[in-house]
Amino acid sequence: MQATHAVSHSGTHEAHHEQGGFWRTYIFSTDHKIIGIQYGITSLCFLLFGFCLMLMMRWQIAHPGQPVPLVGPLLEHVLGASKGIISADLYNMFGAMHGTIMIFLGVVPLAFAAFGNYVVPLMIGAPDMAFPRVNMASYQAYLVGGIIMFTSFFIPGGPAQAGWTSYSPLATSIASNGQTFWLIGMVFLITSSLLGAVNFIATIIQLRAPGMTWMRLPFFVWAQFVTAFLLLLAFPPLEAASIMQLMDKVAHTSFFLPTGLAVGGALANVSGGGSPLLWQHLFWFLGHPEVYVLILPAMGIVAEIIANNTRKPIWGYKSLVYSALVVGFLSFIVWAHHMYMTGMGVKIATFFQTTTMIISIPSVIILTCLFISLWGGSIRFNTPMLFVMAFLPMFGIGGLTGLPLGLSYIDLHLHDTYYVIAHFHYIVAPGTIFALFAGIYYWFPKATGRMMNEFWGKVHFWLSLIFMNLIFQPMFGQGMAGMLRRMSDGGANYSAAVNSRAGADVIGGLSDYVMHLHTYILWAAVGLAIAQIPFIINFFWSIKGGKPAGSDNPWHATTLEWQTPTPPPHGNFAVEPHVYRGPYEYSVPGHSTDFTPQNEPEK
Amino acid sequence: MEIPYTVQPRPDTGLYNAKVGIWLFLASEVMLFGALFSAYILLRVGAPDGYWPEGWLNVPLGTLNTLVLITSSITTVMAWASLKMGRFSRFKVYHAITLICAVTFLCIKSSEYHDKWIHYEATLKDGTFADGHFRSAVYVNTASNEKLTQKSFHGMEYTTGTGTNAQHFALESVTLNGHIVDDVKKLYNLHSLHEVVHHEDFTVQASQIKRIENYGPWHNTYTALYFTLTGLHALHVIGGAIVIAFLWGPGSKMWQTDPERFTNRVEISGLFWHFVDLVWIFLFPVLYLL
Amino acid sequence: MSDHPKKHDAQHEDFSHHVRRYLYVFYALIFGTIVTVLASYIPFGHHSINIAVGLLIASAKAFLVAGFFMHLISERKMIYGIMAFTAFFFLGLMFLTVWSFADFPPLTITH
Repeated sequence: MQATHAVSHSGTHEAHHEQGGFWRTYIFSTDHKIIGIQYGITSLCFLLFGFCLMLMMRWQIAHPGQPVPLVGPLLEHVLGASKGIISADLYNMFGAMHGTIMIFLGVVPLAFAAFGNYVVPLMIGAPDMAFPRVNMASYQAYLVGGIIMFTSFFIPGGPAQAGWTSYSPLATSIASNGQTFWLIGMVFLITSSLLGAVNFIATIIQLRAPGMTWMRLPFFVWAQFVTAFLLLLAFPPLEAASIMQLMDKVAHTSFFLPTGLAVGGALANVSGGGSPLLWQHLFWFLGHPEVYVLILPAMGIVAEIIANNTRKPIWGYKSLVYSALVVGFLSFIVWAHHMYMTGMGVKIATFFQTTTMIISIPSVIILTCLFISLWGGSIRFNTPMLFVMAFLPMFGIGGLTGLPLGLSYIDLHLHDTYYVIAHFHYIVAPGTIFALFAGIYYWFPKATGRMMNEFWGKVHFWLSLIFMNLIFQPMFGQGMAGMLRRMSDGGANYSAAVNSRAGADVIGGLSDYVMHLHTYILWAAVGLAIAQIPFIINFFWSIKGGKPAGSDNPWHATTLEWQTPTPPPHGNFAVEPHVYRGPYEYSVPGHSTDFTPQNEPEK
Repeated sequence: MEIPYTVQPRPDTGLYNAKVGIWLFLASEVMLFGALFSAYILLRVGAPDGYWPEGWLNVPLGTLNTLVLITSSITTVMAWASLKMGRFSRFKVYHAITLICAVTFLCIKSSEYHDKWIHYEATLKDGTFADGHFRSAVYVNTASNEKLTQKSFHGMEYTTGTGTNAQHFALESVTLNGHIVDDVKKLYNLHSLHEVVHHEDFTVQASQIKRIENYGPWHNTYTALYFTLTGLHALHVIGGAIVIAFLWGPGSKMWQTDPERFTNRVEISGLFWHFVDLVWIFLFPVLYLL
Repeated sequence: MSDHPKKHDAQHEDFSHHVRRYLYVFYALIFGTIVTVLASYIPFGHHSINIAVGLLIASAKAFLVAGFFMHLISERKMIYGIMAFTAFFFLGLMFLTVWSFADFPPLTITH
């Protein structure tokens, strides 16, 4: 009954969708590919916006109190920055929103939702996500959350300014409504992530094509599967905490406000009895799995592109899969390593330190497998491959520099310094974002039928690599010299120069050399900005003017998304594909071609 | 290609898609309410001895609400079972009862919220505490000295109208039905069956009042948790009731065209409803009894 | 619906067995509720015993609702797996947070 039902239905089904019109097809679409592109464009716009916030912050750090060039008048007119100078409050707003936007509106939607939505159903041989309408709702919730966050810049008092971590009591003690907007925006973003996570997990469990067993899944799908579980189970406590902080702000409760709290010198008119540490625990319960959400999809992309461009299987598929599962599992019980300075006792600090050290093992296994995968490969040095090859040492630096931070004793010195900023930016910027760039160059021909320009891709790569290192490498030294985070004057108040002029003891002050690095970092940031221009132009120009891909599978890849027409039609596969082998059957001895697609029948 | 396993289960997992989806969603809800329960534990353990309220909620009403939800739980599963047995009219009857139970629950909850809303605690200047339900308040028009009795509390002072028509009123006295205690801790432990506190009407002059506030979420962390936990739970009750009402009403047309798919939808909404009942099974003792 | 008469009867018989079970669970839940309320008034001495008793009964009721009304007792391994991980992380959140509040460095300041 089901079979006859399907055959008679599919014809009318196709016709019905073609009659959708512009709104149904592109704006209110339930097709995972359209939704993936919607997520992709929106998140890239937010990434650019967050990047611009960073540029203004770096200016302020290098030239505190001086009007921002070019955009100073804009800041004055739109945000009330007098004479185009970034005040301390405005700097804090930029800082809080830079973090929030880059993580929740930029990287996660791009890595998980955009790439995941477009690629995962194709890779597993499914016609769409398990719940297409829920998928559309999840994008719309993301868009609403993003609009709320963006709008908060323009309300009186400006956006949230207590860091992306929004620690209480500071977050709720600031008189403006920025934090309220942040909290409501977060509720929408969390809802979007939860709906997306449910969809991904159900799709991967239920909609794998016949023959697509768990151990034949491309590693990218495994990475997205674990990421979805992290989002599903780690976000709700932050949602609960956001609701409680919203109650603190709007209903004057004291969930996170301690007894005897004084604001501005006066006793706050609240009941007290709350706990600021409670916010930190609930925040970091999400916060730590969140960083694995940032890295796992990237590792998945890297695996796919390495296999494809070395023309050999990934080394250690099983190790990769089990490591990803273990990383996901352990990520839930390491969170308080972000809280070593909160006065925890030795036993609990040791517990978290131990789990933190243990979690580095599967991370290293994953990186090692990816490195070893290069050995003996016939490497094609195209743009995607350059980005993923750079990912490997860059993520290596980022990950290794995390080890001292995980040890509570050393963290006492490094906590809240620029060392931390360098550590996590190395992982996300020349780490995850490089993998995402690689993914864009790689899957571009599947979505558009055209290749992005190789020359400008390589220009984009080399300039980005050089400038990212110039930006973040000095920060390790600045952090170890004692430079703290979130200082709106770039540390001038603590610099030896300023303090020696005032006659104070300069031991422990930030040296001239440390302060001078700000100028170099600013120039490197400007260089990085310029390096993105060829990418943006290349991206849009190549949609219509790029070299035609020539086939549905220009990279000669084995995974299922390359075995569809270009772009894949609604429903993806005309008939349900059958999978006969694993995902990385490259250079199999005795075969006429150096790759065998997963769904090619045995001969 | 159509999306498979929307109704028929997938052979190796034995599940249809929506069932996987709802259990995943419920897992996230466990973490959501779990975080709130963790907050409850931490704030309660952290409270100084004697300062955590007990017995502030009406146990008979709470018990009634618990029984109402339990009833709705069995009618939910019976509604699904009726569909499995092909008895559509039985399904309609059972889910009608479910919806009536949902509305009853919310009405009882509203009256409980109201009871807290009109319950005031005033810190008096002589160091005692006046506590009780609001009866009336006398306000004085600061310009004309006219007295006005209000049936709801408008704060220590309030203004009506704008500009030149503005009328300013100051509180003169408040009449509460309750008692006055000398130690605020006496307002906290009310759970035991021993002491029966005698409540009577009494009036407090505004000049004696240092601070007056009702038992809203801002009153202390207990009320904050109570309103947040039960409020979030009530939102889930409303959401679940809306879905069940849709399936009972306009959505039930699907029974004619695709009965199996409709039965699955009723099962999924039932799972959500049972989860809502589960949360209440823990909320009730934690907030009302312990 | 009407094209499978034999299957229909078999389902019907199967279900009357289930319906009886649902009814027993219902009675057990009512009973459990009454016991919880009464037990909360028993002076055990230490309040923590009241808390333990209350939570124990609540857990038993939860087991009945989840096991029988939500059919968890006859569900598939996949669902068990998902809920097992959830339970583990939920307990982790609760206990590790409580532990971190309870474990403080020893006093170093002497009077």
